[in-house]
Amino acid sequence: MEWETVIGLEIHAQLATRSKIFSGAATAYGAAPNSQACLVDLGYPGVLPVLNAGVVRMAIAFGLATESTVAARSVFARKNYFYPDLPKGYQISQYELPVVHDGRIEIRLDDGSRKTVGITRAHLEEDAGKSLHEDFHGQSGIDLNRAGTPLLEIVSEPDLRSAKEAVAYMKAIHQLVRYLGICDGNMQEGSFRCDANISVRPVGRHEFGTRAEIKNLNSFRFVERAILFEVERQIDILESGGKVVQETRLYDPDKDETRPMRSKEEANDYRYFPDPDLLPLEIGPEQVEAVRAALPELPWQKRDRFMAEYGLSDYDAGVLSSARAVADYFETVAAGVADKKLAANWVMGELAGALNKAGLDIAASPVDAHGLLGLLHRIEDQTISGKIAKEVFEAMWAGEGDADAVIEARGLKQITDTGALEDVIREVIAGNPNQLEQYRAGKDKLFGFFVGQVMKATGGKANPALVNELLKKLLAG
Amino acid sequence: MKLTRDEVESIAHLARLGISGDEIPPLADNLSRIIDFVQQLERADTEGVTPMAHPLNMTQPLREDRVTEPDQRDLYQQNATAVEAGLYLVPRVIE
Repeated sequence: MEWETVIGLEIHAQLATRSKIFSGAATAYGAAPNSQACLVDLGYPGVLPVLNAGVVRMAIAFGLATESTVAARSVFARKNYFYPDLPKGYQISQYELPVVHDGRIEIRLDDGSRKTVGITRAHLEEDAGKSLHEDFHGQSGIDLNRAGTPLLEIVSEPDLRSAKEAVAYMKAIHQLVRYLGICDGNMQEGSFRCDANISVRPVGRHEFGTRAEIKNLNSFRFVERAILFEVERQIDILESGGKVVQETRLYDPDKDETRPMRSKEEANDYRYFPDPDLLPLEIGPEQVEAVRAALPELPWQKRDRFMAEYGLSDYDAGVLSSARAVADYFETVAAGVADKKLAANWVMGELAGALNKAGLDIAASPVDAHGLLGLLHRIEDQTISGKIAKEVFEAMWAGEGDADAVIEARGLKQITDTGALEDVIREVIAGNPNQLEQYRAGKDKLFGFFVGQVMKATGGKANPALVNELLKKLLAG
Repeated sequence: MKLTRDEVESIAHLARLGISGDEIPPLADNLSRIIDFVQQLERADTEGVTPMAHPLNMTQPLREDRVTEPDQRDLYQQNATAVEAGLYLVPRVIE
């Protein structure tokens, strides 16, 4: 039988605020245990949560960027369950009336096709603390620094039909929240993670199959692997006449499989009710418009503009608009050169390669945008060839100074003196009489050999266009 | 509405209340009567009424995104039964 996969994702994006969603404690990652947990976060009696204005602005920004409805009125609710890293015994979340609902985002797939994925809702909630189960004399250690950190939970419609689509959607949301500056997107630190609801059904059937929820996937790769495994598992069950059980499962990356959560880890009777400690959140049109006015250019807008303004291909524009820092870097370089494609090639080529090799973010690049621009100027004014430029770039990367300093110190200035170059070419020709004879007998391919010899003789410093021109003339005799 | 023994046990478990077997019948009886009492509300006509989220007719005040709470871990942890390396220690939560 042919099966169709149906996936919906619930993405948790940690909002990039300084303080917590309901308290004035700091949210910085990596602080000493419990040094950022105040009385509100610790669930002490007699304290009251007060909502952070920053998270409201961030939720509105997300809503606007995804063409969602920003709710004029939304309500915080208590989600009740017991776990030691949740000191109040409930998580403050939103249930029936979320702050954002009914939106959409367009995703692009590897084959170049596009698809619109519905966003059911996005709601504000607080994160829980962390439990450490290493040996504390048979006890668990609790760090509540993360308790009360603001999260935006983004729930998609069950519109995704494959692991690839799910990953493309997750990447699109990841890119968007980083563009908006509402989430740092750091998946290692857990700032961006997701749960996947997965089911399969025979192709052509309208009703959904029974779904399993895979919790806490914190990398694009794990999302893809977990979905592939889970789909396979469900099809095997159905094809052997069994029934898929609706349950929560965990993905184990070491074994590359999903397994059911232990019943103790599962709590599905949350008894939501409106939190009496918090009043309804009202968002007026003027607040929405203020956030709209402050929205940055969105990834897809930037991509389209890069194609129109710089004449880049769809692919190049996509790579260069992948993150704001990359786009800003590229635009700084492109603004200073006539050949925009040259700027694009260098940012995506040498620079991206070097960053990748060094494991560095573009913001930490040893060669900044102005540095690279200085180098490209020397290519454009023919001081150096593109090939020599790579050597200069490496030296700049290693901290040997800016492009001009490296070119000067290493004597890399291109030979553009016709007379000097003609001398070199004559020597090369004289030194290779056999090749000369063959070339003149019609073996045109040997032209490349002579170019290579001239370049070798000049240490790569000869202007390639000039070499071509003079070689043609002198070889012809 | 009459709560069953299983329902009472399940509610007690959700609230992490330890109750003994002979406490269940009187609890079931009391809880059932509370539910019956509240259930009278279902007879009210709520057609066209927006559900109330809070009895106060006010909206949520907001605070600016500023860190105002200094680290007072040592003070707060004086209340804890056990701490180590800055962590609160609790009975082991996974097997």
